[in-house]
Parts: sequence; C-alpha cells; structure tokens
Amino acid sequence: MHATVDTPAPTSAPDAGDPIVRFRGVNKRFGDLHVLRDLDFDVGPAEKVAIIGPSGSGKTTILRVLMTLVRPDSGEIVVDGEHLYHRRVGDRLVPADERHLRKVRTNIGMVFQHFNLFPHMRVLRNVTEAPIHVLGLSKAEATERATGLLEMVGLGDKLDAYPSQLSGGQKQRVAIARALAMRPKVMLFDEVTSALDPELVGEVLSIIRKLAEEGDMAMLIVTHEMSFARDIADRVVFFDNGQVAEQGPPADIFTAPSNPRTQEFLKAVLQH
Amino acid sequence: MFDFITFRWDGEFALSILPQLLRAAVITLQATVVGFALAVVIGLAFALLRRGPRPISWPAGFVVEFLRSTPLLVQLYVLYFLLPAYGIRFDAFTTGVIGLGLHYGAYLSEVYRAGIASVDEGQWEAATALNFGRLHIWRTIVLPQAVPPMVPAFGNYFIVMFKETPLLSAITVTELMQTAKIIGSRSFNYVEPYTLVGAIFFLMSYPAALLVNRLEARLARNR
Repeated sequence: MHATVDTPAPTSAPDAGDPIVRFRGVNKRFGDLHVLRDLDFDVGPAEKVAIIGPSGSGKTTILRVLMTLVRPDSGEIVVDGEHLYHRRVGDRLVPADERHLRKVRTNIGMVFQHFNLFPHMRVLRNVTEAPIHVLGLSKAEATERATGLLEMVGLGDKLDAYPSQLSGGQKQRVAIARALAMRPKVMLFDEVTSALDPELVGEVLSIIRKLAEEGDMAMLIVTHEMSFARDIADRVVFFDNGQVAEQGPPADIFTAPSNPRTQEFLKAVLQH
Repeated sequence: MFDFITFRWDGEFALSILPQLLRAAVITLQATVVGFALAVVIGLAFALLRRGPRPISWPAGFVVEFLRSTPLLVQLYVLYFLLPAYGIRFDAFTTGVIGLGLHYGAYLSEVYRAGIASVDEGQWEAATALNFGRLHIWRTIVLPQAVPPMVPAFGNYFIVMFKETPLLSAITVTELMQTAKIIGSRSFNYVEPYTLVGAIFFLMSYPAALLVNRLEARLARNR
C-alpha cells in the first residue's frame, strides 16, 4: 500500500512505485535543539500519512522543511524525482537557488494552523491570486477553478467576504481551497484544527476526509486528532525526538503499538 | 536698551507683503511635497537594503544612522557648498529637496521597518507555500499590509518636515522664511513678515495635524 522506508530507490526517473517524497539523512537543529535527526522518511504517491507525536518532537518541522520554509542543515529531500534543496549539475549536486526552489515547490501545497489568509484580499482573490500569478491562468479560468473549490468547501456564498468576516472554520476552509487551487501532488496539513473552537473542528476535518477519500494527492497530516488520523490515514507515523519512532497502518499503531514511547503517548492523549 | 523700539503692527504693510509671502508659501509647499515624495522612495529603498545580506545591510544601516544623527542644516551645507567642489552641482531648490529627501528618507526607513516587521510571519509563509515570486510577495502581500499602519507616522513626519523647510533658506531657497528675511532687510520691518510666516505655517500645519489624527483614529477602528 505504501512505499517501504528502508529500500532506497534511484532518484532520477520517477515511476509509479517511487515515493513522491523522500527524506534521506535530513538534519535540522535550532540552536541546541536537534529537531530532525538523520531523518529517513518516504511518502508514496497518493499516500495519506498521519504524523503524530508529542509537541516539540519535530513533526511540524518535517512539513516546514518540505515546504522550504525552513532549510535543513544536511541531508537530501527528493520530491517527485527532483531534489528539493539541490540542483544537479553534471553528476554533482549543488545547493539550489530560488529559481530551482520555485520549480520544485509547485508540487507542494500547505495548509497552516493559523490559516494565514491574506486579510486585505477578498475570499475569491485569496484563492485566485496564485493560480493567476504563479501558474499563469487567465482570470476567468482561475475564477472558475476557485469558485468550484470554494463551493466544494461550502463557501460558495462567501466569495466577496473578507477573511475577518469569517469564522475560524470558514477561514481554514478557504485556506484549503486556496492550497488546492494550485493542484499540488503533495499537500501538507499542519495542525489545521488546533487553532479552532471545538465546534468548528468537524467542518474542517470532514473536508480533509473527503479529499483523502477521493484524491490521488499525497497527504501529510500533522494532527492531534487521533480518531481522525485513524480514519483517514494509510499509515500513521509516530514521531519522537526528531526521528520516526514507529510507523504502520493505523490499526496496528493505535491498537498494538510496539514502541514504549508510542504506548505512553497514546495512553496520555487517548485518556481525555 | 530696547525701549526706543516700539512694536507697532502696520496692517497696511502686512497686507502689502502678503501676496509675496503666499507665493513663497507655494515654494515651501512644493519643497515639502517633492522632498517627502523623495523621502518615501528613499525610505523604502533604505528599509529594503537593510533587510539584505550583510555586505549590503551594514553600509545601508550606517548611512541611515549617519543621516539621522547629523543636523539637516549641516547636510544641506554639505550638499550645497561642498559637492560643487567635486563637480556635483544642483540649483538651490533641487539641493534642498534632495537634502530633505535623504534626511527624512532615513527616518521613514525606520517607519517602513516597523511596518514591515508588523506583517505576520505567516503571511510570508503562506505566500512562499503558494510559490509567489519575491517581488510579487512584496508588492501585493507584504506592503499592502505594512503601509496602512504606517500612515499616521508618515503624516507626522510630513508635518515635521514642512515646518523644517525654513532651513532651506540657509542655502538661498526663496521659501517663506527666506522671503520674510528679504522683506525685513529691505524695509527694516521684521515684525510683520515673521509674524505672517508663523501664521501661515500654523494655518497649514494645524489642519494637517487634525487630519492625521482623524486618519489615525480611523485606521485604529478598522484594525
């Protein structure tokens, strides 16, 4: 169902079996804090991976490194057959420039904990701005795409609203539509319900659930919603201390975790 | 010592010099508007340079600090009397406007810096995640959010700069102050021209200050 983690595959020509995202020996430190330790981690095409773990374990950093918001200190990341932070010159890898980053970034989308909508733009323009100026869509095409997505997330009647006029759940749904409008191959969800009032969590999760069911988009979901992770993920990754401590199908991880740290964590979060 | 000087307000004389002073007030306004426009551009340039890599940000930072910690009058003298020795020569008005633009550009760069810093980090991250180019991020996402909160500070600097334009008289720009001086030395009546200059400044800057206050209140409400 998903690519195995320990067999390295050639990174040049991607075929159907190759992972869409591959981390190899990735390290990241913030001062004394070693947030990613020699991380090896793969995501298959269309695979839905839920990343769980204690706060400060580096889960969010995985997404941020992949979105190029944080540069790793060392290691390689390959997205859809192309190095993210490196460029191939002859048979050598050299650090990538902004142009290369922009090329590889088109495959990746992200939804943030705090929505990060553009407050000075109406909802529709929040969603059309990047398709027009990054993908080069015409205004009509982008508007059609955006309207369709906003209807899909249940906000077809809010096109002309400003973000400040929306509830948290509505904002996050706009943010999802905005990221989807770029049609990425990999979508990153960074604790997307953590900033929401409890009664608004459901409306956001149900959209992600729908995406997971129908999409051939790979999804990396950092979440504290354990039942949600169990429902939608092909694979659950328990992340601890900068490394993958344990991973497997949700049924295994949630019912019979083998790692004592996983057991401890699940016991703590499932209790309340 | 001064008892033989009597302060007598000559209304007729005041009225006769008013047209000349009002014409000079136009020069003062022009210098303010052009100087400020220059400061707005220079300030943004300084602010952006200071965010650049060290070989750029350090010299830019030094220039800003230098401009902010030396008197405008000295800077005007340097521009007007010293630069021509090196073959750089502008007329008095242009020199004055450049001086104002540089001096206030240094101040405005700090306003820009604060405004840019006030834009949430998440806006940069979302813009990067959507793969916008740098220029597009600045133009359509960061600056449109950074500038509105700067407007009151800009307005205040505009008024301060307006009131500092008499310094341009030191380099012979015939703005309000210089004109009053000329009238005074020609007629030996200083009370009327200087009083009128004060009144004209007040009548222009006080309403402007009220306007800035109103703007500030409105921006605070919208936030």
